[in-house]
Amino acid sequence: MKPRQSGLPERSASWRAASGWRLRRTWPLHLMIWPGLVLIGLFSYLPLGGIVMAFQDYKPWLGFAGSDWVGLEHFRFMFEREDSLKVIRNTFVISALKMIFGLLAAVAFALLLNEVRSTPWKRTIQTLVYMPHFLSWVILGGALTDILSQKSLLNRLLASMFGSPIFFLGENGWFMFTVVVSDIWKEFGFGAIVFLAAISGIHPSLYEAAIIDGANRWKQTLHITLPSMAPIIVVVGTLSLGNILNAGFDQIFNLYNPLVYERGDIIDTFVYRLAMLSGDLSFATAVGLFKSVVGFSLIVIAYRVAYKYAHYRIF
Amino acid sequence: MPHVSRAYGWFTFANYTGLLAVSVLCVLPLVHVLAVSFSGAAAASANLVGFWPIEFTWDAYEKTVGNRNFVRSLGVSVIRTSAGTVLGMLTVLLVAYPLSKENAAFKGRSLYVWLFLFTMLFQAGMVPHYILIQRLGLLNSIWALILPSLVNVYNAILLLNFFRQVPKELEEAAWIDGAGHFRTLVSVYLPVSMPAIATLGLFTMVGHWNAWFDGLLYMTRVENYPLATFLQTVIVQQDFSKLAARPEDLENIAQRTIKSAQIFIGALPILVVYPFLQRYFVKGIVLGAVKE
Repeated sequence: MKPRQSGLPERSASWRAASGWRLRRTWPLHLMIWPGLVLIGLFSYLPLGGIVMAFQDYKPWLGFAGSDWVGLEHFRFMFEREDSLKVIRNTFVISALKMIFGLLAAVAFALLLNEVRSTPWKRTIQTLVYMPHFLSWVILGGALTDILSQKSLLNRLLASMFGSPIFFLGENGWFMFTVVVSDIWKEFGFGAIVFLAAISGIHPSLYEAAIIDGANRWKQTLHITLPSMAPIIVVVGTLSLGNILNAGFDQIFNLYNPLVYERGDIIDTFVYRLAMLSGDLSFATAVGLFKSVVGFSLIVIAYRVAYKYAHYRIF
Repeated sequence: MPHVSRAYGWFTFANYTGLLAVSVLCVLPLVHVLAVSFSGAAAASANLVGFWPIEFTWDAYEKTVGNRNFVRSLGVSVIRTSAGTVLGMLTVLLVAYPLSKENAAFKGRSLYVWLFLFTMLFQAGMVPHYILIQRLGLLNSIWALILPSLVNVYNAILLLNFFRQVPKELEEAAWIDGAGHFRTLVSVYLPVSMPAIATLGLFTMVGHWNAWFDGLLYMTRVENYPLATFLQTVIVQQDFSKLAARPEDLENIAQRTIKSAQIFIGALPILVVYPFLQRYFVKGIVLGAVKE
């Protein structure tokens, strides 16, 4: 305690209240956080122990203690097996395409919507464009398989124009195309929200100055809007790098079939089939662990880069 | 605008038209599903239906509502969504409040923050999670769909950032009146943050309604499936057999419209909640994401 208070016999009640002494007690804060802590302990940290099976030949009836240790065997196997290499490659390609074109589409949409001056128009467009984001891939996958099937109305139209229907979901090249395009279709509107916010934060005086200098809308976009958006574009782009191994399980699982495993199968769908259909639990865990470790490293790097160059922090 | 060039005028026209076309494209698939669901079975199976029903009928909806598995899974979804949202928001609230305090005011905060943050960055993977649920004896229990996702760290971060913007004077006034932490949370932070909490609550609801994979993984019996999982098995997994080119049997003719009706019913709650969501989410996301 500070010496000047030592003469006082006891602090008055009002002094204690005003200084918020109750708030100095932190046990209620610890108490509040407990339920959440127990839950993540149980459902996020406890499963981490299960990772040992990636280094075992895990047999459910033997358990973790009784199963044989195989060291890095599964990982060596993973880099030798043709199908796991193929799946890793597909994952990178699909998510890189989604990332690049998704970012471009969102930025372009934000810029174009910014040129719409009428509020009712703007509202209507936004309402329609954000909607697919909120629907699950089960719903959209059901709708898309219907629309893109070989005998659909769309394909009959294509057939009458080009002579043959397109097997969007049954041919490898087209499947990849469909996956990338439909993902952009679902997310570009919602992804543009953050860019629209950045645009609305640009100070009007910048535009006024440009108009006086004789810049038209195009020049203003090029020299004011885009440079002002650059930091947030860099942040969004960088942070999405941390997700490069998430090529979209929900989407692909609901659209794919064995005909397109060659180019459409990704790590997550591969792990699911290994574990649930082949019962290859240890190998599936190893492939999943590989994905988690690479993903974790990428996220950490991405956040560091985003913080360094754009001073972005989530906390 | 002082002078609008002729070129900009043309651009504006093209821009409005283009954006309108893109917007319509975003809802067209759902309109098609709706049209098929109200069409006669024959027209639907012959792929004649575009964006307007042919031979309008409620038949598919009647059959769907009469399907016991469908109704049961709807019930599972309603329970999981309501319980998951209420309990989830409660947990997130209780996590966000202490973490919104400064490090100096709450010893141990940074440790807690990292414990929560880490769960977002690194996951054990599907198989260890499955084994955990199995060993806890939660397979086929609705708790397997609720408990694992109860702590939404991302929502907690958004909410704690919101809490930090609440003026300190409000909190200090409560302290002077003798309120403790629980009291401050309930009487000061909760009312002030209602818009943020409503937004996160709606997002949580949508997440629970749409979640299908946990149902597929943790429920081994169809009667325990939530609606999203039921739809996944009906819509997606059956379609695969259709690829094998034998479309003209009676079974499929009936199924086409029923499938569409089920898809639409699955999407309906989202469409109903959506206008409320939209009012808040732009503000909510911007608040959380671009705070500095």
